[in-house]
Amino acid sequence: MSTADPVTPVLTKRWLSPNSWRLSVYEQLEGYTAVKKALSKPPEQIVALVKDAGLRGRGGAGFPAGVKWSFMPQNEEKRHYLVINADEGEPGTCKDIPLMMADPHSLIEGCVIAAYAMRSHHCFIYVRGEVLHCIRRLHAAVREAYDAGYLGKDILGSGFDLDITVHAGAGAYICGEETALLDSLEGRRGQPRLKPPFPAAAGLYAAPTTVNNVETIATVPFIVNGGSDWFREMGTEKSPGPKIFSISGHVERPGQYEAPLGTTLRELLELAGGMKDGVPLKFWTPGGSSTPMFTAEHLDVPLDFEGAAEAGSMLGTTAVMVFNETVSVPWAVMKWTQFYEHESCGKCTPCREGTYWLAQVLERMVEGKGTEEDIDTLLDVCDNILGRSFCALGDGAVSPITSGIQYFRDEFLALCETNKSKQSESALVGAQA
Amino acid sequence: MTMAPEETETEVPEGHVKLIVDGEEVIAPKGELLIRTAERLGTVIPRFCDHPLLDPAGACRQCLVEVEMGGRPMPKPQASCTMTVADGMVVKTQRTSPVADKAQQGVMELLLINHPLDCPVCDKGGECPLQNQAMAHGRASSRFVDTKRTFPKPLPISSQVLLDRERCVLCQRCTRFSAQIAGDPFIELLERGVHQQVGTAETAAVFSGTPAPEPSDMASKTSSGAPFQSYFSGNTIQICPVGALTSAAYRFRSRPFDLVSSPSVCEHCSSGCAERTDFRRGKVMRRLAGDDPDVNEEWICDKGRFAFRYAAASDRIRKPLVRDAKTGELVETSWTEALRVAADALSKARDARGAAVLTGGRLTVEDAYAYSKFARIALRTNDIDFRARAHSAEELDFLAGVVGTTPDHVSFAAIERAPTVLCVAIEPEDEAPIVFLRLRKAALKHSTKVVHVGQWTTSSVRKTNGELLACEPGGEAAALDGIAQHAKDLDAGLAEAGAVILLGERAAEVVGLFSAVQRLAERTGAKVAWIPRRAGERGALEAGAAPTLLPGGAAVSDADARAALESAWRLDAGVLPSSPGRDTTGILWAAATGDLDALVVGGIDPDDLPDPALARKALAAAGFVLSMEMRPSAVTEHADVVLPIATVDEKSGRFLNWEGRPRPFTVTLEGTNALPDCRVLDTLAVEMDADLFTQTPQASFADFERAVSAGRSVVRETNGSGTAEHSRPHAGESNGNGKLKLATWRQLIDEGSLQAGEPHLAGTARTAVVRLSAATARDHGIEPGEHATVSTERGELTLPAEIADLPDGVVWVPARSPVSIRTALGVGHGGAVSLSGGTA
Ligand SMILES: Cc1cc2nc3c(=O)[nH]c(=O)nc-3n(C[C@H](O)[C@H](O)[C@H](O)COP(=O)(O)O)c2cc1C
Ligand code: SF4
Ligand code: SF4
Ligand code: SF4
Ligand code: FES
Repeated sequence: MSTADPVTPVLTKRWLSPNSWRLSVYEQLEGYTAVKKALSKPPEQIVALVKDAGLRGRGGAGFPAGVKWSFMPQNEEKRHYLVINADEGEPGTCKDIPLMMADPHSLIEGCVIAAYAMRSHHCFIYVRGEVLHCIRRLHAAVREAYDAGYLGKDILGSGFDLDITVHAGAGAYICGEETALLDSLEGRRGQPRLKPPFPAAAGLYAAPTTVNNVETIATVPFIVNGGSDWFREMGTEKSPGPKIFSISGHVERPGQYEAPLGTTLRELLELAGGMKDGVPLKFWTPGGSSTPMFTAEHLDVPLDFEGAAEAGSMLGTTAVMVFNETVSVPWAVMKWTQFYEHESCGKCTPCREGTYWLAQVLERMVEGKGTEEDIDTLLDVCDNILGRSFCALGDGAVSPITSGIQYFRDEFLALCETNKSKQSESALVGAQA
Repeated sequence: MTMAPEETETEVPEGHVKLIVDGEEVIAPKGELLIRTAERLGTVIPRFCDHPLLDPAGACRQCLVEVEMGGRPMPKPQASCTMTVADGMVVKTQRTSPVADKAQQGVMELLLINHPLDCPVCDKGGECPLQNQAMAHGRASSRFVDTKRTFPKPLPISSQVLLDRERCVLCQRCTRFSAQIAGDPFIELLERGVHQQVGTAETAAVFSGTPAPEPSDMASKTSSGAPFQSYFSGNTIQICPVGALTSAAYRFRSRPFDLVSSPSVCEHCSSGCAERTDFRRGKVMRRLAGDDPDVNEEWICDKGRFAFRYAAASDRIRKPLVRDAKTGELVETSWTEALRVAADALSKARDARGAAVLTGGRLTVEDAYAYSKFARIALRTNDIDFRARAHSAEELDFLAGVVGTTPDHVSFAAIERAPTVLCVAIEPEDEAPIVFLRLRKAALKHSTKVVHVGQWTTSSVRKTNGELLACEPGGEAAALDGIAQHAKDLDAGLAEAGAVILLGERAAEVVGLFSAVQRLAERTGAKVAWIPRRAGERGALEAGAAPTLLPGGAAVSDADARAALESAWRLDAGVLPSSPGRDTTGILWAAATGDLDALVVGGIDPDDLPDPALARKALAAAGFVLSMEMRPSAVTEHADVVLPIATVDEKSGRFLNWEGRPRPFTVTLEGTNALPDCRVLDTLAVEMDADLFTQTPQASFADFERAVSAGRSVVRETNGSGTAEHSRPHAGESNGNGKLKLATWRQLIDEGSLQAGEPHLAGTARTAVVRLSAATARDHGIEPGEHATVSTERGELTLPAEIADLPDGVVWVPARSPVSIRTALGVGHGGAVSLSGGTA
C-alpha cells in the first residue's frame, strides 16, 4: 500500500473548478505544460517513461500501456493511428464520461503526447453514441485546442502534426472491445476481429493502431510532469498510480472517487459516506458486472489488479456497484444476464446461444419456475461459455452467474423450493380433475 | 553421408515445424492450421465455419482443442481452425483431451438449442454436417426446455436461393464466400446476438414484422440499394453446413440417400468445371461443384449448377423425324428410314453442288471429330465450321497456332501466379466465370495487376481490382498498339515473366486484333490464351471442325499432312479435299444463293450467328437440311430430317477446356437409348459408304488420336494455316449507318437454349439495359432509367438506359436482351448504330 494520502486528487483535481472544461481554465491549472516537455524529447523516451511509470490500461484488462506502445512499428511506412476508447459500456462504469465532461483537455493533451510517442498523426476518439452532451463538449474542446495550436500542423513549433477526430458510436457494448471498435469506426457492424493480426500490426484500415482507454491517456500528462517515481508513490508495486473508482448503488454519496490503486472497499465506503441508511452490505462488484461479485467478506481486499484477482475476481473498470441486503441476488444476476444477452454480438456460438439460454433459465427461476437441476445446468452452460467464446464478452457474461451461485446458492435454491411446492399443488389439482 | 549426431531426431525440413498431436509427433509446413494437421493424421475435428478456401473466422467455436506452447498449457481451449502450427507445440484434440471433448460437446449443444427439428423435411437431411457431427460429438438429449427463437421461413434472397434463418448456424461461410470469392454484394450478417441473421436489406424488414414484400421485389435489392446479382450464389447453398440455404430448383425434390451420384463435367463454358451430377430414376435432380484444384477448385457458376433441365424438357426429340412431302410436317420415322433419306439426299447433294457442315460450339471432342471426318470423307468437303458466332479468317489463322497447346502454355494456375494479366475483348465473369474467379483470386491474394481492354468499368473490372484500358468498340487493336507508348507500366508488366494475355470470342469482331495481340505478345513475351465462350469450341478446333484445319491442326492445304491423314484413315491417296473450305458465313451464303445443296447442322441457334437473316434464308433455301438436335429449334423448323442426339448426361466423352486440358466424363444416365452425335454420324456415313470408325465415343477418340499423331509426324507448314483469303460475302451483313458505335457481348445468363426450363435461374439474370455515357445520354435527350432506342436500318431495340463510363458516342447493349442484337439490328460489336430517347 502506498503512503500517499488517498484523497489527494490527480486526475480529478480540476473537476470542481468553475468552467473546468475550458481551455483557459485548463491552462491556468498546469494544462498543456506536459505536452511542451514531451514534444522536446525523442518519442522513444516518452514510451520508456510510461513503461517505467508502470501505467496499466484503465479500460479493464490492465495491460501495461508503455509495453503496448512499444509494439507500434518504429518506422512510418504506413500511417499510424491512436484510437481512444471512450465507449464506456461496462455496467456500473462512469469514469470516462465525467472525465471528458469536466476535463476534456487532459484527454486531448494525453492524446498529443501518446500520438507523438507512437508516431501517429491521426487520433480518433470513439465516444459512446448515447452521451451527446459529452460528444458536444469534446468537439468544443478539440476546436479550442486547434485554435490554440495544440492540434493541427506543427504543434507548438515542434514540427509534429496531429489531427483528432471525435466519432460517435451507435450504441453497442461490444463496440468497446477494441477490435470491434475498429470495425465500427471503419463503418462496419461492430464485431470482434480475429487476432492475430493484432491492432499494432494491422488495426484501423489495416494500419498499425493502438487503442487505449480515456483514463489511461488522461493519466499520461501527469506522468510526464510528475515523473515515474512520483507516479509510483501511489498505488502498489505492480499496479501503481491513482485510479477513479465509480461507486454506485446503496451508498450515501455515490460518485467518482479517485484513490490510489490498492484502496479497499472499506476505505472507499468511508469516502462515500457509508452504506445508505445503514442497511448492511450484501454483495458488490469490484469492476463492473463482468467481474465476479464480492461479498462483505471482501471488504479488505486491496483493489488493484493483483489483489482483486487473488480474491477470485478482477479489477475491471473499478466500477464498484454496491448492493445491500434488500436485493435478491438471482434477480440482479438475471438483470445482468439479460444485459449480456442483449449485447452479445452474435458472432460466436457459446456467447450468442449461451446468453440466450441462461437468460431464459434465470427468468424462469426468478418467476419461481426453476428447478434444482437448473442450477447445475446454469453452471455447466457457464462452463461451456467461459474460455470458449471468441471474445471476453462471453467470459464476462458468466461472471455474475458463477459468482452469484458460489456465494448465494441458497437464494437460488429457495426460488426452486417455491416451485417445488407449487408443482406438487398443481399435480394434485390435475389429479382431482 | 556423414553420421548425424543424434539419429533419433527426425529431420525437420526447411519451412516446416515439429509438433505433437494427440501424442503423435508430426512435421507440418509452417502456416498450416491445426485442424488440417489433425486431419492429415486421420483425426477429424468437428467444424462449421472452417472452409479450406475461405479465410478463417473462428466464429462457431466447434473445433476447440487443447494446446500447450513451450511447455505451458494455454489457459483456454483454442480454435484449431484459426491457430497455426508452431515448433514444440503439443495439441490435444477431442481424442485425448477431456477438456476439448467437453468444449466440443458444449458448443454442439448450444448450436442445437435454437435449431428447429426440421431434419425430416430438410433438403440437407442425410448429408448435413450438423446432423453428422451432432451424432458424433453431441449429447443424446438436450437440456434446453425453454423457448426456441423462431423466424418466418423461408425467405427468398434471390429467385433461386431461399434462406431458412432458423436452421442457420451463423458460420458466415455464405457471407465470406460472397465477400471473398465472388465479390458480390449478396448476403450479409444483420442484427446482433441471438437475432443475428443472414439477410439482405429486405429480409431485415421482414424480421421486424412489416408485411413481407413480394419475393421478386425482395430478391432484387441489396442493402446498398443496388440490384442483387451473383453468378455464383449456388456455391453458398453447397457450402452451407446446414439446410439454411436451399435452391428453389432442388428444394423438396429428393433426399440425398435416394440419389445416385456421378462425376461429370459442365457443358456450358470453356472453363470445363468438374461437377457432380445427382440423379434419381433416370432423371437428373441436381448438379454440384466437383473438387478440382487445377480448374474450378470447389466452385461453379450458377449456370453450370442449375442449367440442366433442358435435357429433361417435355419436347425432347426422341425419335428421328422426316418431313412429309405432302403435309410439310415432320413425322416420326424409324432410324433406318430416316438414315436412308438423309444418306440419299446428302450423297446426291455431295455429288451435285455440295453439302456443308455447321457443328455448333457445344460438342465433345469425340463428336466434333466425327463431324470433321464425316465432312471430309462422307461429304468430301472442307466446308465445315464450328463457329456459330461472329468469326473471321484472321481468327482462323490465329487458331491454327492455338491447336495443340496444353495447360503448360497458360493454365488457371498460371493466371493465379501471373504478375500481370491483360484481358482483351473478353468479359470474364460473363464468358468464363471460373477464369473470372481465378483472376479475382490472383488480384486479391497475389496482387496480380489485371487490365481490361474494353469499353466500361464492368463488374469484371471492379471485382478483379482491375484497370480499364478504355477504347471504342472496334478500336481494341489500336489500343493494344498504343500500349508501348501510352501505358508504359502495363508494357513493362507484360514483359515480366509469367504475364498473360487473355483473348475472348469477340476478338473475331475486331479487324486486326489478332495480329495486334500477336505483335504485343512477341514484343513483350507475354503468353496468349484464347478463351472461347462455349465448352466445345476448343475441342472442335482440335478435331479439325474448321474449314482450313485438319484434325490436329495441320492445314488442309498441306499435301503431306493430307497424305498422312489419308493413310491413318486408310483412304486412297489423294481423296481428301485439298482446297480450304468455306467458313460459317461462307457456307450460309453459298446455301442461300444456291451454291450448296445441303446442310448438316448440329446444335445451332441462328440468332447467335453473325447474320441471323442470312442463316434463316440459307436454311430455307438449302435443298436439304439435316438437323442433329435434342429439341425443336429454328433449325428443325427448316430441316428435312431431324436425328435426335444424346445430351451430356446420356453419353460419355470429353471437352477440352480453354487451357487445352481434357475434361473426360462418363455416362451419367444409362440406358436412355439416346445416341451421341458420333454414333449417329458413323451410321449415316455407312449408309453413304464411308467408314468413320466413330461408333462409340471411345472408338472416336482412339481414331482422333491416330489422326492427330499422323498429322504430327509431318512437318507443319510454318506460315499459318495457308488459308486462302475468303471472298467473304458482306451483302447480308450490315455495318449500320448510324453515328454511334455499338459495344456488345453476351451475359452469362440469358436466353441460351441450354438454359431453358429453369425459371429460377433466369430470375437471377442481369437486367438488360442500354449503357451509355452521361454526355451521350444528354446529347440524345435520354434520362437514366428511361427507355432508349438503338437502331439501324435493319431494326431497333428499346431498353432502359443506364449511365456508365463508356467513351462518348458508344452504346452498350447485351447481345441477347433477350432479343438477339444481330437479329434486331444486323450488327455486332463495333457496328454503327443510331440512338434516340424513348420508344422511337
Ligand atoms: C465486451 C468488452 C467491452 C469493452 N468495453 C470497453 C470500454 O467501453 N472502454 C474501454 O476503454 N475498454 C473496453 N474494453 C477493453 C478494450 O477491449 C481494450 O482492452 C481497452 O480499450 C484497451 O485500453 P487500455 O489498455 O488503455 O485499458 C472492453 C472489452 C470487452 C471485451
Ligand atoms: S463472445 Fe462471441 S458473440 Fe459474444 S460478443 Fe464476443 S464475439 Fe460476440
Ligand atoms: S446460411 Fe448457412 S452458410 Fe450462411 S451463415 Fe447460415 S449456416 Fe452458414
Ligand atoms: S464456369 Fe463454365 S464450366 Fe464452370 S460451371 Fe460455369 S459454365 Fe460450367
Ligand atoms: S470451425 Fe473453428 S471456430 Fe468454427
